[in-house]
Amino acid sequence: MGAPITMIAPDYYLLLSLALFTIGVIGVLTRRNVIIVLMSIELILNAVNINLMAFSRMWGSVDGQVFAIFVITDAAAEAAVGLGIILAFFRNRETVLADEMDMLKW
Amino acid sequence: MNVQLPFFLDRIWLIPMFPLITAAAMFFFGRRLKNNVVSMLCAGSVFLSFVFAVGAFFQLLGLPVGERVASKILFDWIPAIPYHTLGGRLANFVAPWGFQLDPLSSVMILIVTGVGFLIHVYATGYMAHEGGYYRFFGYLNLFMFSMLMLVLANNLLVLFVGWEGVGTCSYLLIGFYFHKKSASDAGKKAFIVNRIGDAGFLLGIFMTSALLGTVTFNDIGPALAAGHFAWGDPRITAIALLFFVGATGKSAQIPLYIWLPDAMEGPTPVSALIHAATMVTAGVYMVTRTSAIYQLAPTAMAVVATIGAATALFAASMGVVQNDIKKVLAYSTVSQLGYMFLACGVGAFTAGIFHLMTHAFFKGLLFLAAGSVIHAMSGEQDMQKMGALSKKIPVTYWTMLIATLAIAGIFPFAGFMSKDLILGKAYEHDALLWAIGYFTAGMTAFYMFRLIFLTFHGQSRVDHEVEHHIHESPKSMLIPLVILAALSIIGGWVSWPEILGGNSRFVHFLEPVIAMPHEARVETATGASSRLGEIQLMILSEGLVVLGIAFAWYLYIKRTDLPKKIATSLGGFYRTVYNKYYVDQIYDAMFVNRAKDLGLALGAFDRNVIDGAGVNGAGWLTRAVARLSMWWDTWIVDGSVRLGARIVWLFSYPVRMIQDGLVQSYMLLVVIGLIGFLAYYWHIVHQAVR
Amino acid sequence: MALNYILFAFFAVMAIGSSILMVTRRNIIHSAVFLIGALLATAGIFLQLQAEFLFVVQIILYVGGIMVLFVFVIMLVNLDVSMRLVQFNRQKWVAGVLALVLGAQVLFALWVGRGELRLPAPAVDVSPRNTEAIGQALFQHYMLPFEIASILLLVAMIGAVVMAKRRV
Repeated sequence: MGAPITMIAPDYYLLLSLALFTIGVIGVLTRRNVIIVLMSIELILNAVNINLMAFSRMWGSVDGQVFAIFVITDAAAEAAVGLGIILAFFRNRETVLADEMDMLKW
Repeated sequence: MNVQLPFFLDRIWLIPMFPLITAAAMFFFGRRLKNNVVSMLCAGSVFLSFVFAVGAFFQLLGLPVGERVASKILFDWIPAIPYHTLGGRLANFVAPWGFQLDPLSSVMILIVTGVGFLIHVYATGYMAHEGGYYRFFGYLNLFMFSMLMLVLANNLLVLFVGWEGVGTCSYLLIGFYFHKKSASDAGKKAFIVNRIGDAGFLLGIFMTSALLGTVTFNDIGPALAAGHFAWGDPRITAIALLFFVGATGKSAQIPLYIWLPDAMEGPTPVSALIHAATMVTAGVYMVTRTSAIYQLAPTAMAVVATIGAATALFAASMGVVQNDIKKVLAYSTVSQLGYMFLACGVGAFTAGIFHLMTHAFFKGLLFLAAGSVIHAMSGEQDMQKMGALSKKIPVTYWTMLIATLAIAGIFPFAGFMSKDLILGKAYEHDALLWAIGYFTAGMTAFYMFRLIFLTFHGQSRVDHEVEHHIHESPKSMLIPLVILAALSIIGGWVSWPEILGGNSRFVHFLEPVIAMPHEARVETATGASSRLGEIQLMILSEGLVVLGIAFAWYLYIKRTDLPKKIATSLGGFYRTVYNKYYVDQIYDAMFVNRAKDLGLALGAFDRNVIDGAGVNGAGWLTRAVARLSMWWDTWIVDGSVRLGARIVWLFSYPVRMIQDGLVQSYMLLVVIGLIGFLAYYWHIVHQAVR
Repeated sequence: MALNYILFAFFAVMAIGSSILMVTRRNIIHSAVFLIGALLATAGIFLQLQAEFLFVVQIILYVGGIMVLFVFVIMLVNLDVSMRLVQFNRQKWVAGVLALVLGAQVLFALWVGRGELRLPAPAVDVSPRNTEAIGQALFQHYMLPFEIASILLLVAMIGAVVMAKRRV
């Protein structure tokens, strides 16, 4: 077993989480290819997970980790459905560009 | 007057009523009646009126001289309407339906009903084979009613009712053969020309009412006295002249005589009754009735006398050259009426009425006899196609001859008395007027005997077929002729000249009715009476008359080629006279065509202005207003609607810009919102982050 | 102690670098690979935080499941065509700026509160019994969310199948 490992300051994890979150947001807002947009969303969720884990470690409870499991579960479901939508759309319109997916405009 | 009037005097209102009732009967169911029933009814009612007239006359005679007036008022026609006269007096405009019998009106009703009855009897024979028998007698009786109302009226308004009535009946009877255009045109002409005169008459009545405050005859004299009108007052003169205008229309004087010759289109009994004996004399009667007004207006009297004399001469000249037997008689009537007005104009109103009476006898006889001639000649009226009829239709011939002697003025026939009286009074007044009358008397004798000679004497110029049918008329036509012939002989004897031993009863009989001439006038009468006495005047007249007859005999019996030679040698002058001095044509050009032009102009005005500008203009205006309304609706009303829509559209711009269907732009908005939220929450609310 | 920092730094750099690269690549496959890298780096962070179960779950589920799914779909989509097109959309500058603003805002909050987060007295070490603890928490306290998550997965599965069918 060994000596308990001390956590570094949680601030760093938060910074990391923020950085990944920001990059993910940029990716969502900026890229035309929706697959990359989906992947950026996964990135955002990941950033959130890091945040949860850091605080779980800080408080010493597993609640955060359980929450993170649920996040991952949700991410999986969402990715599956999202990719299914992309596939269906691609079959219909031959495009995966977000710019061209404006049928619901006025 | 509370005293119960004697029988006939109390019932003078029935005299016009009898013919009115039969006229109404003819109107309602005359068509179903047989001819002899119609004759009995219509002639019978006139006879009844005559009986009542005779009775009333004698009962009037029974009254003392100064009180020979009988009034009867049936009902209040126009109730009293108060008003202010021109002089500022308060007066009542009132006109009862009143009848008045006095010497003047008694003479008139005797003439009208007496001669009228004879003519009715004559007409039963003359019109026996004509269509519309009942209509003829209906009109004739209606005329009798109107004429009797005219002469029995006690005020100007009731007189005017009768005046208009006779005018209407004259129109109906002249145009009796309405299928003939010339007849209906003549009827129209008579009525329209009459109407012009009536306008003047009406204005006169208005002025009388305005100036004197009354229209009742008996009150005019007192009103004139009370108003202290000066002799020759221009207002009185105006009234007198206006009345005379009406008289020229009704009694065919210059300038409104033109209808009388054309009126010969009517059946001969109509010409006899209306245009010889009765209606045309209404003017003379009216002037005599209002003599009080005339006596105060010497200028008007001079006008009346001058026009009377001028008309007498003018018409006589036209009568000389006419070839239609009835036209000669028509112009003769105009001429004799001129004599009557001449008499009135010189102040001899009684002489005028006297001549009116004798003229009714002999002119009526002349027309009836002419009708008899025409009847015998199967409708031929042109004297040039007659001749040598005296042996073939003797009764007609002898009665017509008697009438001609009377009209020529041969002593002692009726015409002599009356014409001599007029000429005598004219001489006293003005020598020139006497001269015109004198010369015209000679012309009268000439053309009347020309008529006799052409018609009854000389060579027969009758058409062959007509000649076979020449026959004397039936008794119903001959008996009136004989009776009138007798009257033409003795009719003048009621006023035998005093100078010849008579008592001038007629003149004295009428005197109370005639106003006395103004004192000033008596002095201004010329002293011509000193130059020629009455006997000398008589002899002069007779001499000229005999000369005229001799001249006619010479031209038409002895040297029958002469008339044509004279006519051709006089050429243009002859043609002018023959064409009646082209007066009808002048009137046409001056008035009739101008009236038609006015009508056309008004029609054009109606078409172009009223229909064009008015109706079409209204249509154009409506369309213009509609266009304006459309503009308003399109741009203002719809505009505001569209404006609202556009505002909404404008406001929707930002929303449209945002909603572009792109998920990433929505995401961007989320981020923006997130930034805002965090800013608000951290920095403002909680002050947690300094 | 120093090992902590070094490990953390290593994984952090790897994560950030991979994610930046992921966002900027033209080739989608490259992006997917870099995302895998980022996810692996994240897994390393988890491990470094002594969350073993999550470390494993991250790799198996996320990388092994989700990213494989991504790659499958990328293959089905027209890769060559999309590589030649413009990669960034019209709002890239505005979006970039705003994202950075957001980041700066949170950063500001972190900066203001730095040093506030204190670890409770002894850093409790739960690592030897991590999986067990998670299992206990999951099946005792969080049973309902667990079941709901399973329903969610069921629904997602059906949805994905329906969505991706040839003809509905």
